[in-house]
Order: sequence, then structure tokens, then C-alpha cells
Amino acid sequence: MIPPETARPGPTPRFRIGDRVRIDARPLATHHRVPAYAKGQTGVIIRVCGEHEEPERLAFGQQHRLRRLYRVRLQQTDLWKTYEGSPTDTLDIEIFDHWLQPA
Amino acid sequence: MSHDHPHRHPPQADHREPVSHYEWLGVALNELLMEKGLYTAQELREMMAEVEAVEPSTHGARVVARAWVDEDFRVRLLKDANTAVEALGFDSAATDLTVLENTDEIHNVVVCTLCSCYPRSLLGRPPTWYKSASYRSRLVREPRSVLREFGTQLPDNVTVRVHDSTAELRYLVLPLRPQGTDDWTEERLAELVTRDSMIGVTTARTP
Amino acid sequence: MSDEISTDGVERIGPHDLGGLPGGPVDRTEHDAAHWERQVDAMVMLMRRKGVMIDPAQLRRGIESLDPDVYEKLSYYERWAGSAALNAIEQGLVTQAELDARIESLRTGPR
Repeated sequence: MIPPETARPGPTPRFRIGDRVRIDARPLATHHRVPAYAKGQTGVIIRVCGEHEEPERLAFGQQHRLRRLYRVRLQQTDLWKTYEGSPTDTLDIEIFDHWLQPA
Repeated sequence: MSHDHPHRHPPQADHREPVSHYEWLGVALNELLMEKGLYTAQELREMMAEVEAVEPSTHGARVVARAWVDEDFRVRLLKDANTAVEALGFDSAATDLTVLENTDEIHNVVVCTLCSCYPRSLLGRPPTWYKSASYRSRLVREPRSVLREFGTQLPDNVTVRVHDSTAELRYLVLPLRPQGTDDWTEERLAELVTRDSMIGVTTARTP
Repeated sequence: MSDEISTDGVERIGPHDLGGLPGGPVDRTEHDAAHWERQVDAMVMLMRRKGVMIDPAQLRRGIESLDPDVYEKLSYYERWAGSAALNAIEQGLVTQAELDARIESLRTGPR
């Protein structure tokens, strides 16, 4: 089903469940899926979510470059300078491979 | 920093002018696309009906009620939600669905901070508040305050997991089954499952 | 201010990037969608089904490129209408002139 011209990630995910990762803080003027509050934050991979079209290209109607997607768990007390809730509270967010680095 | 121009009053844009330029723009574009043959008036009516046909009570609530009474289904739903809901006859082809299970220790709640991502195949169109600036800005930062506004008071020992649904996956919360419903039928249980409980801002109704 | 996120020096990625901003109480009033809103909703679904937009990312790009002041003033489906028009023009399905002319006749004509 996937056209042969499609660029795909390698067979082995770069990260595994439990790995600590840092979300890139690089700025990008066009469409992407990393909100400011998550940029530069460190979290843990909680799920590997398969391959999806790269949103930065998809926003312009361009396909055929698949990127691996992960769910990353961030601790709320890491995200905000003051946080009202429990220290165990979390924020889970999907981040694409090309926005992640090992931490 | 990101809040270099902090909004004293964040954008409250979900009220509309009665006859605004952009309202006319929508009407004009729709007419032109039909005249140019992209789709017919019949196709538009059918699409509107297709969207209206999805209701939380007839779709999402049935998934939750089945999970409450059928342990095998619950396990499958949490592992592979798409396959599980398709077995109930719901089309989830356009959605990569994830079900988040509430427990005595964990309460899940869903937001889309960047837009309005929502499990439309099971809950229909999102409510206005889900798309509002206040909900999108505050839920990630002060979830317990927002939940209190919805009448949901969680003990400190319950972990709140906020899920920012901004990319490819769609999320449905599986609320806790209310106590005192042990001998209830699936149909009766489904009536306790509200839209808001499947977004995670409330718990299910209590009998 | 104390509401700041922990990462300094990160810019909001656009007018739509609201996570963490301060805000007032959530208005939980239920609104039935107006007829024109249901139409715009279905129009966008059809534009996708017909391949004018292959993915919601294209609709999102158009919304996110709105001027921040415009983004904040518009309602949800007004933003959709604006972005759908942008995408339709980009795809050569309609021209701005055609849209302007139609809006003018809708505004002035009998309804």
C-alpha cells in the first residue's frame, strides 16, 4: 500500500518505551505539532505509535515521507514554574521522531 | 519567552458576528465549489446528515458500556481501540483511536491545545467549550481548577493525566463504572455515559 | 509572572499555540451549530474526500497563518471558512475575485 517513492524510517525505532528524551526547542515558522510549552522539555517515551506522514510537509499537501511518532510523558511539575496539582500529575503528548533527542 | 506578550484576557473568539465577512466567505465558497462541480448539493446534504448522525449517546457511550460489562472487550479496546470499535459496527477508518482508562488512582482528560482534535467518529462535533481559548490554554496548566469548574473534584491522591491531542491520534476516556450498577444491563449503563465523561472533564453519571 | 512555562526563550509557534496561557473561566454554554456552520463543516469534509485537501494539516496551516489579531476575533468556523478558501484558491478551484464578487452579491442580494 505504501508507494515505493516513500521515504520511511528504519525498521528499528530510535527510542523504546522508558527512554528519556528531550523535545527540540528549535523554532519553525510553518505548521508543526510541538507547542511552545513542550519545547525543550524532557520526558519519557510511553508508546511507539507507528509511522505517519510528516506534518510539516503534509500541511502543504506533500506526502511520501513517513516519520515515526511517539507518545511522550512529561511531568507537570517540570513544565510549569508553579503547579497546583499532585507531583505525580502528567502531560502526555505525541511527538514525532525528528523533534526528539536522547536525554 | 513564549509569553512575551501575555494576554490579560486570552482570545475569546468563539462568539461570532451575526453576519460577518467570514460567514459570507463560507457561504460563497460552498456555492462556488458546487457550481464548479466539486460536489453536488445532494452530497453536501448527505455529508451534513452523516455528521449529525454521530452522537455521543449512540456511539461513544455504547463503547464504554460494552467495556464495563465485557472484560474481553475492555482489554481489546485498551490494546487496539480501532479493531474493538469496528467489532461494534462503528467506522473508525479515518481515526487512529486510543482509549484511556480511568482507575481509582488515575484520571485522564483530553484537550487539543493547537486546534480541536477530537474523536469525531464516536462523539460527533466537539462542543464549543472544547474549542474555546480558555479550555485550550488552561487545561494543560491548571487541570484541577478546570475540572472543578465542571464540578469534578478529585482527591489529591488521584493522578491527573492530561492528554494533548495535537497530532495523529484521537482519544476517548473510559470513565469509571459507577458503584451500585452491578446488576445493570448494558443499555441502562450506556445512559450513565455522558459526552463530558468521555472527554474526561467529568465522571460518569451516578445512578 | 508566575504562570510562565519552565523553558525560557521559547516562542509561541503561532496564534493557535494557546497551551499554558492564562485565561478566564471556561464558558460551558452549549451552542447548537448554525446552519452555515454545519455547511462549512461538511464542505471541509467534502474538500478532503474530493482530494482538495488530502489532510487536515492543510486546513490547520491556513488557520495558523491568520494574523494573530484576526485569529483571536474569528469564531471557529469562520477560521475554517478562511482556511478552506485559502486552500481552494491555492488549488486553482476558485479565485479571490470570484469569492469577492459572490460575497458582494450575497450581501446585497435578496436572501
